[in-house]
Amino acid sequence: MTETVSMFSIVKEITSALKDKPGALLPILHDIQNALGYIPADSIPIIASELRLSRAEVHGVISFYHYFRETPPGKQTIHLCRAESCQAMGSKKLEEHVKDKLGIDYHETTADGRFSLEPAYCLGLCSCSPSMQIGEDVYGRVSNESFDSIINEMETLS
Amino acid sequence: MTVIVYVPNDSGALALGAGRIAAAIEKEARQRGLDIKLVRNGSRGMFWLEPLVEVEIPEGRIGYGPVQLKDIPGLFDADFLNGGAHALKVGPIDEIPYFKKQQRLTFARIGLTNPVSLEDYLSNDGYRGLNNALAMSGADIVKQVTDSGLRGRGGAAFPTGIKWNTVLNTPSEQKYIICNADEGDSGTFSDRMVMEDDPFVLIEGMTIAGIAVGATQGYIYLRVEYPHAHRALNTAIEKAYQAGYLGEDIQGSGKQFDLEVRLGAGAYVCGEETSLMESLEGKRGLVRFKPPLPAISGLFGKPTIVNNVISLASVPIILDKGGEYYRDFGMGRSRGTLPIQLAGNIKYPGLVELAFGLTLRELLYDYGGGSASGRPIKAVQVGGPLGAYLPESQFDTPLDYEAFAAIWAVVGHGGIVVFDDTVDMAEMARYSMEFCAIESCGKCTPCRIGSTRGEEVIKDIIAGRDLHKNIPLLRDLCDTLLNGSLCALGGMTPYPVLSALNHFPEDFGITEQASAA
Repeated sequence: MTETVSMFSIVKEITSALKDKPGALLPILHDIQNALGYIPADSIPIIASELRLSRAEVHGVISFYHYFRETPPGKQTIHLCRAESCQAMGSKKLEEHVKDKLGIDYHETTADGRFSLEPAYCLGLCSCSPSMQIGEDVYGRVSNESFDSIINEMETLS
Repeated sequence: MTVIVYVPNDSGALALGAGRIAAAIEKEARQRGLDIKLVRNGSRGMFWLEPLVEVEIPEGRIGYGPVQLKDIPGLFDADFLNGGAHALKVGPIDEIPYFKKQQRLTFARIGLTNPVSLEDYLSNDGYRGLNNALAMSGADIVKQVTDSGLRGRGGAAFPTGIKWNTVLNTPSEQKYIICNADEGDSGTFSDRMVMEDDPFVLIEGMTIAGIAVGATQGYIYLRVEYPHAHRALNTAIEKAYQAGYLGEDIQGSGKQFDLEVRLGAGAYVCGEETSLMESLEGKRGLVRFKPPLPAISGLFGKPTIVNNVISLASVPIILDKGGEYYRDFGMGRSRGTLPIQLAGNIKYPGLVELAFGLTLRELLYDYGGGSASGRPIKAVQVGGPLGAYLPESQFDTPLDYEAFAAIWAVVGHGGIVVFDDTVDMAEMARYSMEFCAIESCGKCTPCRIGSTRGEEVIKDIIAGRDLHKNIPLLRDLCDTLLNGSLCALGGMTPYPVLSALNHFPEDFGITEQASAA
């Protein structure tokens, strides 16, 4: 109950702070996702009424962009690059290993809620492929072994 | 005496551990009671040497790289702070041939300075272009850009001056400058480097554009995948405001220019300029029909310049040294320099800024050193995921917009992704269609449906089913995408697909017998 109330107040606060910006919808969605980790379905009517849009329009924008998510993410979201430069350096094998190690596919979250896995189509780290990003931390020349040690280190820290 | 030590803060270097190296060097110096000043510079763009640590001594800036955590005590033992000998020592940075042979105009400052220091920017020729521009008429500024021969570096290579001139001559109370910083092409990272490693040059370029055409508002549409660039840009923008380089009265000229960074949300198609503007307006990134041109009716229906990061970042030097200076570099109708990015399976990956005209072979072998795996290079993809795959027989093509067009390829944003002989080109073609299907905005049918059907057909081909039917079907489908798509996403996906098919038919199971039949 309190969670829902605080969700509503966060969404209201963000929306009313930004709604007068030209083209406010994306900045609003970003701030909501930064604050809550995702964009709850219940927030759509609030955003829609503040911006004088239909709920369908807001939903349409959320679903158009790969980055916006409508379900809570794991504690850490791993963005693994699938693009050509990383493929040229063996990212497909790494991808298999990552999925196997975490036991999930893309767009899924591990059962313990620690990790979500998302594909990225280029992180701009093509000079050190294959690459991945976890939060704001970037990793280059990732191997199966270095992936394991990064993940193990995170699990120890948490 | 305080020794200045440089450890890059570029995310390419961070991805290889530069953050930890910087912290470890500070700690080790403290423990040894040594007086150092750590500067987080940008990257020199020689990524096989990253993390590249530099020390400033009277002989110049001496590099050590690639430095790992375990190397740090040894570096101190070897007195690297005074340029001491060590296995990782690469000597004076300026003398490394890969760096020395480059013609850095747009990237002149990158790697030298602390990117978010306005003082560093000003003491390294920063804002000289804007100062000149403030004393010129809009038409004269546009003329310099036109004279420079600069063409859109984002990929389409449209003459920048002509675009600016259209906006200049379209009367409107409000005009906009948009920087397209949605650099989503695999193999490209020059935009990212500019934004992280020299953000003021982009701000200056956009300010000049605004003053030239009478636009008072600028937006940098930045992809969300670049959090480090986001931070650097916002820091630099804030400093520019504080110092009067942005805002209502730029350097007392009475001219106004405001600038804001807006984040994308992981849609590749938003790198297409009309889709980008829809996104900036807060909508789904659906591609618009053209005409009207954005220069006449763009963002919120107003005249808008949409330029790529590198195009805008090249403007300050043009206004500083003159259009002719810039035009003197290059070949044919490709004038100036191009920051080329060597990526993928290559021994010496990095950023190489050179005048147009070098051949691919020179880039791949003289600069790139061949493949990283040591195996023969089988194919390179130039210009991102919508660029053609080139086989070895085309490696003598000079980097020039027209020369590439003549072999049905594109220079694009100057990214070169290298593949060795283990690559399966049919699989790469399948991936191109898959990527198009994932990223299609869905507005036009050839792209929306064609990409999905395309992937299915290529899967059938890979499985060896009915090649005599499926190969012509794939070609026919590509023809529809090429000629019937609204924008370059659907319109150019056939480039990687058909070039893979044409140059590497054996990977598609086509034997000489079959193709004769």
